[in-house]
Amino acid sequence: MDISIRIGGEAGQGIQSISSIIARTFVRHDFYVFINQDFASRIRGGHNFDQVRISNAPVHAAADKIQILVALDKETTRRDIDCLADNGILLFDGDGIGFTSENPNHLSIPFAQIASEVGKSKIMINSVATGAAIALTDFELRQVLDCLQEQFQQKGPETVENNQKSATAGYDFVRQNLKEKPPFRVPPAKSVRQKMLLTGSQAIALGAMASGLKFYSGYPMSPATPIMEFISSQAATYNIILEQAEDEIAAINMVIGANFAGARAMTATSGGGFCLMVEALSLAGMTETPAVIVVAQRPGPSTGLPTRTEQGDLNFVMHAGHGDFPRAILAPGYPEQALCLMSKAFNLADKYQTPVIVLGDQHFNDAYFTVDELNLRDITIDRGHILTDQDLPTPQAYERYAPSESGISSRILPGHTKAVLYADSDEHTQEGHITESATVRNQMVRKRMQKLKGLRREIGPPEIYPSGEAELVLLGWGSTHGVIKEAVNKLNQNGIVAQMVHYSELFPFNPDHIAIAALTKAKIIAVENNYLGQFAEFFSKSTGLSVDQKILKYDGRPFTSHEIVEQVKDVI
Amino acid sequence: MVTLEDFHSDDPIAWCPGCGNFSILKALKKALVDIQQPPNELIIVSGIGQAPKTPHYLRCNCFNGLHGRTLPVATGIKLANHKLTVLAQGGDGDGYGEGGNHFLHAMRRNINITYLVHNNQVYGLTKGQASPTSEYGFVTKTTPRGARNPAFNPLLLAIACDCSFVARGFAGEIEHLAALIKKGIQHKGFALIDILQPCVSFNRVNTFKWYSDRVYKIDVNSQYDAADRINAFEKAQEWGDKIPIGVFYRIQRPTLEDQIPAIAEKPLVAQQTDPAVFSELLETFK
Ligand SMILES: Cc1ncc(C[n+]2csc(CCOP(=O)(O)OP(=O)(O)O)c2C)c(N)n1
Ligand code: SF4
Ligand SMILES: [Mg+2]
Repeated sequence: MDISIRIGGEAGQGIQSISSIIARTFVRHDFYVFINQDFASRIRGGHNFDQVRISNAPVHAAADKIQILVALDKETTRRDIDCLADNGILLFDGDGIGFTSENPNHLSIPFAQIASEVGKSKIMINSVATGAAIALTDFELRQVLDCLQEQFQQKGPETVENNQKSATAGYDFVRQNLKEKPPFRVPPAKSVRQKMLLTGSQAIALGAMASGLKFYSGYPMSPATPIMEFISSQAATYNIILEQAEDEIAAINMVIGANFAGARAMTATSGGGFCLMVEALSLAGMTETPAVIVVAQRPGPSTGLPTRTEQGDLNFVMHAGHGDFPRAILAPGYPEQALCLMSKAFNLADKYQTPVIVLGDQHFNDAYFTVDELNLRDITIDRGHILTDQDLPTPQAYERYAPSESGISSRILPGHTKAVLYADSDEHTQEGHITESATVRNQMVRKRMQKLKGLRREIGPPEIYPSGEAELVLLGWGSTHGVIKEAVNKLNQNGIVAQMVHYSELFPFNPDHIAIAALTKAKIIAVENNYLGQFAEFFSKSTGLSVDQKILKYDGRPFTSHEIVEQVKDVI
Repeated sequence: MVTLEDFHSDDPIAWCPGCGNFSILKALKKALVDIQQPPNELIIVSGIGQAPKTPHYLRCNCFNGLHGRTLPVATGIKLANHKLTVLAQGGDGDGYGEGGNHFLHAMRRNINITYLVHNNQVYGLTKGQASPTSEYGFVTKTTPRGARNPAFNPLLLAIACDCSFVARGFAGEIEHLAALIKKGIQHKGFALIDILQPCVSFNRVNTFKWYSDRVYKIDVNSQYDAADRINAFEKAQEWGDKIPIGVFYRIQRPTLEDQIPAIAEKPLVAQQTDPAVFSELLETFK
């Protein structure tokens, strides 16, 4: 079973309220749901859609063809009808949107009229549409009504009732007017409420909070803002300070200050905001202060496509900042991984006292994934070398930048009872005072860069799926995990033996993990959401392997597995 | 007992002989001893310029960050550990030019930080270009025909932003300046102390003598009411033959830290996280 429902309309029409009720209904009955959100950068109008994919096996990407299209406006009928599968059904309100069709699979339902009559308000259109869409899956109406109950409980019994009545009317209308049996049956299932439905942003935020995040500062910018908003919604419960900064420069400098003082702190932004943070990135490198920065990518350059997706900032984050200093870059591909990688980001930042960047993108951050479990035991907290009051028994001269084999010096936090510390953005001595000595300069550059060796060893292997050797390798990183995996499955089903090599821990590149000898024989095709094939170039440089082909997409939309499969067939 | 000796630093001072910064350092140390500030519980955050070198010349915790970015770092430190005494220190270019936006918002936040601006009306470290506070017509290498813009008035802006403590000191009045710094640190909320600081190398107009001839104290033998905002606006506009120094404006309003329940009991740095407590939150996604 694999059904996709697209709800299209103008911004402000409540697309999300329909998709979220449908999604929740199925997740609670143990199905896997994936929602990708495609929206324009505007508050009202434009063409927008949510696409809800429902399956009994895990799904991590959008399907090419949809079975049900709910058109809340005329534009959706114009733009999205081609996405319908052969037997796909269009639901729309003919009078409401001024659209007529002779096609028996195009079912006009008076959404607005039902909403006003049964639900006592036109706002109820969404619940009518939800009921109608569910009827096409032949799933029990009761389950939708339960979700609506929970959703609107706080608004009072009348609101609940109006929504439920509207959904019922929509459901009944379809049952009575559909000529044949509902074509896309979702088998009945028990409510188990075990799976979770959450966005990539929420997974990132959860991972950060459970890893001991105490301070967040940020400046709103799509698609990073939902991270800030989610943390803000939990800040009071979990004693976290969330400070909305005046700009991204302030945000990262506050984060550096808080980390310096000893609280785990992070910020999140998109490429444009990260541009403003770059000077402070090298400040963290120079002062050896931990900092975790999430960069949720969107298409650039400049303002680009604010609400759309791209993996175009890898080169930028890899090279951002003046001078040489160590950093790590991680890029989760699915929520469970985001949880673990946020924990890892904070641990690496603390242990190596240097910035760690986590790359997301609009597709990953805004999409809803279904996960069986997020295991909080996957989270470890390692604060690195911090000397407590007991560790320094007598008052003494402490050296913040004392040399060591690993390049890591023990920190103390300001307020230590036995010592004070000096940190400086100028080149500095072991004590942290400004220096111009050539000898000390050389020592300090080497000390900082020495940390890169340790960091490299911490970087985990790529995911290889399926295991073993293959003649054809699809190489990807970050948010394309789900779609590449699906494409590989399809290729294998079609008799093309293919394998995914997916990187989520990108920098510093650890070549130990990759069986270069095996890959020399394989044809490597990079799949990336950018123009240059940024990771492919980095991979080639790091491994000496050549990437034979690149499947690249930079129109601001995520890949579908069908697209990848077709392009693979073209190039092999 | 905290003594002057406790603040002694061995780091050799890199300022020009005769620079106004020496007197400011002296006044700062005096204020710290007067209020019996333990060096370990003090952190000075500074930017880049001549003034921001100051914390190296004291024994205390120091974060010498980027040009213009003093206040956000100080804000992060204060919110992470509000038990610390946090001072921010920089020059006129650092604070009013490069860091202007942070200045506005730190005042709005009313975070409990004392901000010392060594205002020499010129860019010292970069060898003498015009600064936001350079007077109209001030000739430098970047303004060979004289500065075209009127000088920025930090006090006037601070009063307009309802900064809860607004003062001006003069490096030539060490006792008075020490008393201002002391009041600033003791004030609950954001305290701006703009300090007239002669730069003997690059400002040949606003010299020690020039300032000495003009400054007068508004808080000695006077009826000046620092709680009166209109009054403060008027006083802050005085500049020329007579230059007022002292506390121009002082009010009480809630600090940022006071409004955050997360740190009502203990500072963030003293709070540990157990990942397991988030299991409840995970349930809400089901
Ligand atoms: C981002 C950035 N821009 C420019 C500089 C160069 N710079 C260093 S100090 C300074 C101005 C110093 O003037 P001020 O802040 O008034 O301090 P002063 O030296 O006069 O005490 C400048 C422009 C820098 N360090 N960083
Ligand atoms: S250049 Fe001016 S401000 Fe800088 S140390 Fe010399 S006298 Fe002082
Ligand atoms: Mg200056």
